[in-house]
Amino acid sequence: MAHTKFRLVDFIKYITLLIGVFVVLFPPYVVIVNAFKSTDEFNSSSSMALPKSFLNFDNFTAVFQRGGLLSGFGNVLVIIIITLTLNILFGTMVAYVLGRFSFKLKPVVFGAYLVATIIPSITTQVATFGIIKNMGLYNTLGAPIVLYIGADVIQIILYLQFIRNIPFDLDESAMVEGASLFKIYRSIIFPLLTPATATLLILKTISIYNDMYIPYLYIPKQSLGVVTTILMRFQGVNSGEWNLICAAILLILLPTVILYFFLQRYIFEGVTSGAVK
Amino acid sequence: MFGTLSYNKQKTIIIVSFLLIPLLLLATFTYYPAIKLVYYSFTNWDGYSPEKPWVGLDNYREVFSNPDIFKVFTHNFAYFVMGIVQNIVAIYFAVVLSSKLRGKNAFRIMLFLPYIMNGVAVAFMFGYVFDTTNGSLNLFLDNIGLHHLAQTSWLGTEGLVNYSLASTGFWRFMGYNMVIYIASLQAIPKDIYEAAKIDGAGSFQTLWRITLPNMKPVIQLNLFLTVTGALEVFDLPFVLTKGGPAGASETYVQKVVDTAFAFNNYGLASAMSIILLFFVVIVLLVQQLVLNRGGDK
Repeated sequence: MAHTKFRLVDFIKYITLLIGVFVVLFPPYVVIVNAFKSTDEFNSSSSMALPKSFLNFDNFTAVFQRGGLLSGFGNVLVIIIITLTLNILFGTMVAYVLGRFSFKLKPVVFGAYLVATIIPSITTQVATFGIIKNMGLYNTLGAPIVLYIGADVIQIILYLQFIRNIPFDLDESAMVEGASLFKIYRSIIFPLLTPATATLLILKTISIYNDMYIPYLYIPKQSLGVVTTILMRFQGVNSGEWNLICAAILLILLPTVILYFFLQRYIFEGVTSGAVK
Repeated sequence: MFGTLSYNKQKTIIIVSFLLIPLLLLATFTYYPAIKLVYYSFTNWDGYSPEKPWVGLDNYREVFSNPDIFKVFTHNFAYFVMGIVQNIVAIYFAVVLSSKLRGKNAFRIMLFLPYIMNGVAVAFMFGYVFDTTNGSLNLFLDNIGLHHLAQTSWLGTEGLVNYSLASTGFWRFMGYNMVIYIASLQAIPKDIYEAAKIDGAGSFQTLWRITLPNMKPVIQLNLFLTVTGALEVFDLPFVLTKGGPAGASETYVQKVVDTAFAFNNYGLASAMSIILLFFVVIVLLVQQLVLNRGGDK
């Protein structure tokens, strides 16, 4: 009796998990099979049928030629590299100060970062837009960069957790040898934060790569398109040609999905250590 | 040179210099716009002219007296409903994937996959899945014998479009919630479970009396994010339906953005933003109140 009940519970677990996986994979499956179909084949076959051949790359070359996807990848790469270099620098600096020193305004600084997260950034864009224009950054890659480089509270919490685990003895023995506080940051704290930095690099890369709103609003110029805005333009021009759009969708999903399968352990780590204190 | 200063002086210099730029960024791109927003909300600025005529509370009055503006919140309601369902499903999968099971990791990796996918690409992907005549969802429904459902226009029917869009959000973010719940489950000390087992607690009792109460803080956090997320939905309807059919899927934030950038009514848009901000703060306060009344933790 107890035995059969146990089996039933297991059965339900696996069935629901398989349904879950099916639901997750169904939309990408549809996109994948249709990305390889020619227009004729697309019109004559069912949208769930496999393509005649997975070696028909015509749609993909068309996307690259017509869509300017290559420059989109280039632009977003430039944004990511510059942003992350500065963002990691600022994030570790703030965390070093908050994690190692005590001073009167410390709770205020931390609180300022905390409160900032409850202000919905979409609603303040009206005013942010004016600032970006006044700085002369509108329609330059500088706009997304300055908007992304600020450290956020999750990043700071993540770094603070790591800094707490670096023994203060290390700082003290460096001080005994006469190292300056800047040197301690540069040659002890910053290198020892590398695991957290790596996790953040992955998470931030994904979130910048996937962001639609900031590029859409601040860099509408054709030549400055990033992958998301290029996909939007591409869909607008080619609406109805779903086989082409599927190829474009697939090309854009591919980099993060590959990144994910290689680095999922670090992604999980980053997501959870940021959210669960 | 710097190293020859006393550590106290160094400390002051480091604190000031290390915080200067980050705090400047925070002030420039978060707090200054927020303050500006409050100011704009009392003017009827059009977004470009140099003078910003002061109109006092007129914008706020307009928001509260114009039924068209608040009506869009009923569209946001679909996202709230789906968000709640999403959390329940996420807790279920988190509990299942924390139990003894083959292929646990593979299931985790698959279920989390949508979260890292590009939102615009996902939106278009679902645009294709939901397509009435060519779409795979209707084809699939037809294939499994649900012929009458297979004619549905998922994005073109007024009462349905928001739930279709919200289910896309569900698809994308369920795995994210699940991973966070899994982490909170792992933080529960194992000996509590052993003690419960010795006391003869069944698996349902264990779930109800130990697992869920211990997850409470994380559930609270996710519920806060669900409610505020539902209030702030923007990109999905913006990309997929442009608010259609006939404005049936327009969300509040989309209305704010349109009011500002399409109709050049920055003053009104700012007032609408401030009101949204208030709602978010109210949600947070109510939750804190409920949480603290609950006592434990």
